Amino acid sequence: MSSSVKDKIIEIVAEQAVLEPSDISMDQSLEDLGIDSMGLVEAIFSIEESFDIQVPFNANEPEKSEFDISSVAAIVAAVESLIAEQKG
Amino acid sequence: MNRVAITGAGTINPLGHTVSTTLEAMREGRCGIGDLDIRDVDRLAIRIGGQVKGYDPDSRFNRQQQALYDRFTQFTLIAADEAIRQSGLEFGGHLAAQAGVVLGTSGGGLSTLDDNYRAVYEEGKNRVHPFIVPKLMNNAAASHVSMTYNLKGPSFTVATACASSNHAMGQAFNLIRSGMAKVIVTGGSESMLCFGGVKAWEGLRVMSKDACRPFSANRNGMVQGEGAGVFVFEDYEHARKRGADILAEIVGFSMTSDASDIVMPSQQGAARAISGALSDAGINAEQVGYINAHGTGTAANDKTECAAVASVFGRHADTVMISSTKSMHGHLIGGTGAVELLACLMALKDGIIAPTIGYEEPDPECALDVVPNEAREAKVDHVLSNAFAFGGLNAVLALKKG
Repeated sequence: MSSSVKDKIIEIVAEQAVLEPSDISMDQSLEDLGIDSMGLVEAIFSIEESFDIQVPFNANEPEKSEFDISSVAAIVAAVESLIAEQKG
Repeated sequence: MNRVAITGAGTINPLGHTVSTTLEAMREGRCGIGDLDIRDVDRLAIRIGGQVKGYDPDSRFNRQQQALYDRFTQFTLIAADEAIRQSGLEFGGHLAAQAGVVLGTSGGGLSTLDDNYRAVYEEGKNRVHPFIVPKLMNNAAASHVSMTYNLKGPSFTVATACASSNHAMGQAFNLIRSGMAKVIVTGGSESMLCFGGVKAWEGLRVMSKDACRPFSANRNGMVQGEGAGVFVFEDYEHARKRGADILAEIVGFSMTSDASDIVMPSQQGAARAISGALSDAGINAEQVGYINAHGTGTAANDKTECAAVASVFGRHADTVMISSTKSMHGHLIGGTGAVELLACLMALKDGIIAPTIGYEEPDPECALDVVPNEAREAKVDHVLSNAFAFGGLNAVLALKKG
């Protein structure tokens, strides 16, 4: 897990949750952090912009998405694999 | 209060360029959604839509007109022409002053904006055509209808996103009901299937990449469409005295605001609008045989709408038919309620209920009779048409057999 990807994702998630990055722990879900569906869509947009990647995500079927958003750690792992796929 | 009749209907939409071809497509459950044919489509993630195909602006409008008419205005004028011709009305003298235009649109001349932003930002041009402002303004279509047909009474444009047309038709209804007008040309139009228009919707992550499947468990979002629906609403006695063919009667209208979330729908707000339309019409739920659903095909709308209908209709929710024709023509945003009103007219006049096509899997959260995949014959005397907009603004119309 590269620290730069992890730090940036924590920063994005913290901004949506209106928390300090130091308050975010890797095992928390977005729901735990009080991030709603609009916050999620905005966070995905920030991730795409920050890493210049395309994130496959349809708000109508989040469970079917290949993009795992079950926890902060899962998001970091998913973004790392997208970076490897799309920019490798 | 005056009664209100519909004495003319017109349309151009992904299913047809006239009312008769549109209703034929709805009866046959045809799908007007397909691959988008627009500039820079390769830079879009969403590449399907309900486009009006086989339409050549040169066949309807000359060069001077096209310089002033955005595509949404062209659609409006084509639909208005069919509706007004059917009504047989001519607007002169006293009637002209008592006749107006109330139309819905969300994006107005969005493709004109798109084209001209592209010219100045992308192509670096420092000059745009002199008529861009009168071409793109949201009231352009209403104004051109008023100018073309000499309609000199109350005229304006309503913009409430996906409920624009229903709000517009509700205003038209109340203008005639209250005696402020004898005739209102009403409905709505939308044409935002351009790169910027689709790109903006794409960002919300609620669009389907393959099909609009309202109420189906495997639905995965909405599909945008374009087009217009225009109707002639007329004082019932005025219509009766001149022997006009009455297509249906508008009997109730209600509008509510969720006052809760900018995109997520509210069951309570929708239910208040549905029950409000029933009480305004002085009918009870058992009298309603068909509901034209908002039915966008998103996870959130369809389950919320079904819950709202179930809460208002109680046991009758199991027997009322409810379908979403967006499965066939897509979501026409500010014009959608107008095109969908055609399905209501078909139900009342012809006894044919338009289907919800693309229905593949039952969803326990949408456990109503959604008239899956095939049109059905049924005699109905009263129908409702639902529209629930982003921003939580809801508008429901109640119609009765003419």
